Amino acid sequence: MSDALLDVRSVTLQYKTRDHLVTATYRVDFQVFESDRFVLLGPSGCGKSTLLKAVGGYLEPVEGEIRLKGERVERPGPDRMMVFQEFDQLLPWKTVQENVVFALTASGRLTGKAAAEKAREAIARVKLAKFADSFPHTLSGGMKQRVAIARGMAMEPDILLMDEPFAALDALTRRKMQDELLQLWDDTRFTVLFVTHSIPEAVKVGSRILLLSPHPGQVKAELNSLPRERADGEAAHALEERIHNMLFADEVEEDEEHHHE
Amino acid sequence: MSDAAITRPERYRETIDAGEFGVVEKPLSPFERVYNVTAVRKLVILVVLAAAWEIYARLLNNPLLFPTFSATVEAFADGLVHGTLLLKAWTSIRILLMALLTVIAISSRIGTDFLETLTSMFNPLPAIALLPLALIWFGLGAGSIGFVLIHSVLWAVALNTHSGFLAVSGTLRMVGRNYGLRGLRYVGSILIPAAFPSILTGLKIGWAFAWRTLIAAELVFGVSSGSGGLGWFIYENKNQLEIPNVFAGLLTVIIIGLLVENIIFRTVETRTVRRWGMQT
Repeated sequence: MSDALLDVRSVTLQYKTRDHLVTATYRVDFQVFESDRFVLLGPSGCGKSTLLKAVGGYLEPVEGEIRLKGERVERPGPDRMMVFQEFDQLLPWKTVQENVVFALTASGRLTGKAAAEKAREAIARVKLAKFADSFPHTLSGGMKQRVAIARGMAMEPDILLMDEPFAALDALTRRKMQDELLQLWDDTRFTVLFVTHSIPEAVKVGSRILLLSPHPGQVKAELNSLPRERADGEAAHALEERIHNMLFADEVEEDEEHHHE
Repeated sequence: MSDAAITRPERYRETIDAGEFGVVEKPLSPFERVYNVTAVRKLVILVVLAAAWEIYARLLNNPLLFPTFSATVEAFADGLVHGTLLLKAWTSIRILLMALLTVIAISSRIGTDFLETLTSMFNPLPAIALLPLALIWFGLGAGSIGFVLIHSVLWAVALNTHSGFLAVSGTLRMVGRNYGLRGLRYVGSILIPAAFPSILTGLKIGWAFAWRTLIAAELVFGVSSGSGGLGWFIYENKNQLEIPNVFAGLLTVIIIGLLVENIIFRTVETRTVRRWGMQT
């Protein structure tokens, strides 16, 4: 199976805090293929964000390796565009349009008119054409995240890395954003690696879900999510329940009767 | 009392169109609007101060000690018309600009720890205290004043730039590196704009220090023989007992200070950090 787009092989990640050496993940492996909507799901402390940052090239694994299209990931680069959770990921001194253009020109993907054209197209696709000349601080949280997604997609990376991009949004906006993301995926079938701690979000957004256990993160299971058309009904609920039980098996055992009415 | 909640019917309403309300939004009265303009309020204060000055000076009736406001303005206008005042001001400002530019060039290059140590050492040292030393090193003239000015500006700007860099959020740093930016391009297109609010604050503080130091230093000696700055103008006129001219000189110092603060820095601020919503 060497034709995977992204190959994460028994990756152990550690980082240092002020007075601890923390092992974030332990020998995690998974493979992402073209046009996957691959979700890393786990409770907080399972190292899923750290894992994503390692794929982004911000963190070197202490064991194992990460390969993108067969090439070792060693540093951050525009072939792996990140979409962060934080709203301050847009450059505040540039307008929406300039933000996207700057990404294209700074990374050397495109220049001049081609970059402007590409940016306009990407911004229109996330329905923000009207706000192209606005500065980020005038936009709502959801709009900022849409710009970040537009920026990520305009770059046409090999893989889009999304680190809980909707976690800081209110529930209504979050649902809308999930729908929009899926629509965008229907249009262009980009590959995305998506980190979340919300089970419903994983079931809704993902096509394949990797479950991680906490402290340190280890692979617990890798599941196929539901086909898009069934993702909203009973089946989704059942899958969510199944994932929930898997993730919290240890804690649930004692009060099992309690949980199943 | 009972556990069961009172059953109530669901209800639906049409919302009223905004146009049917009495007041949704109403402009304030002209007086309130004028009063809300900071510039107007400040202008009123200035007028009151000028009036107080004029009245006190007339009561005192001693033009040698304290000339009237009108006499000062006259001397000021006279100086403007005959060009001496403007020319002197320009001499002062030119030196200041040169010093500022040098500082910007230096502070962007110096290493962090080195900078911190030096800053904590030299920041508390008043620039004017270095003047005697500067005189020995650079002699009478622009060199000495430049040295003192750089000292007064450097630490404020460097300290603020540095703390600005440190405060750039981790997310923005990661975004920059995500684009593949490294080295000077990374500093230039991510760190400096992101730290710009702090840099601007540093420049403002630096400017205020520098302007005071400059005038003070010029009081001690002219910039170079023949063409002194504003401080020298004040000193000279004091010696000749042209007290209205002294006040005109002081007034120019104040006005230039105000102009720079309220026009130049204000404009830069509205064009940049305010527009970007980055003001802290």
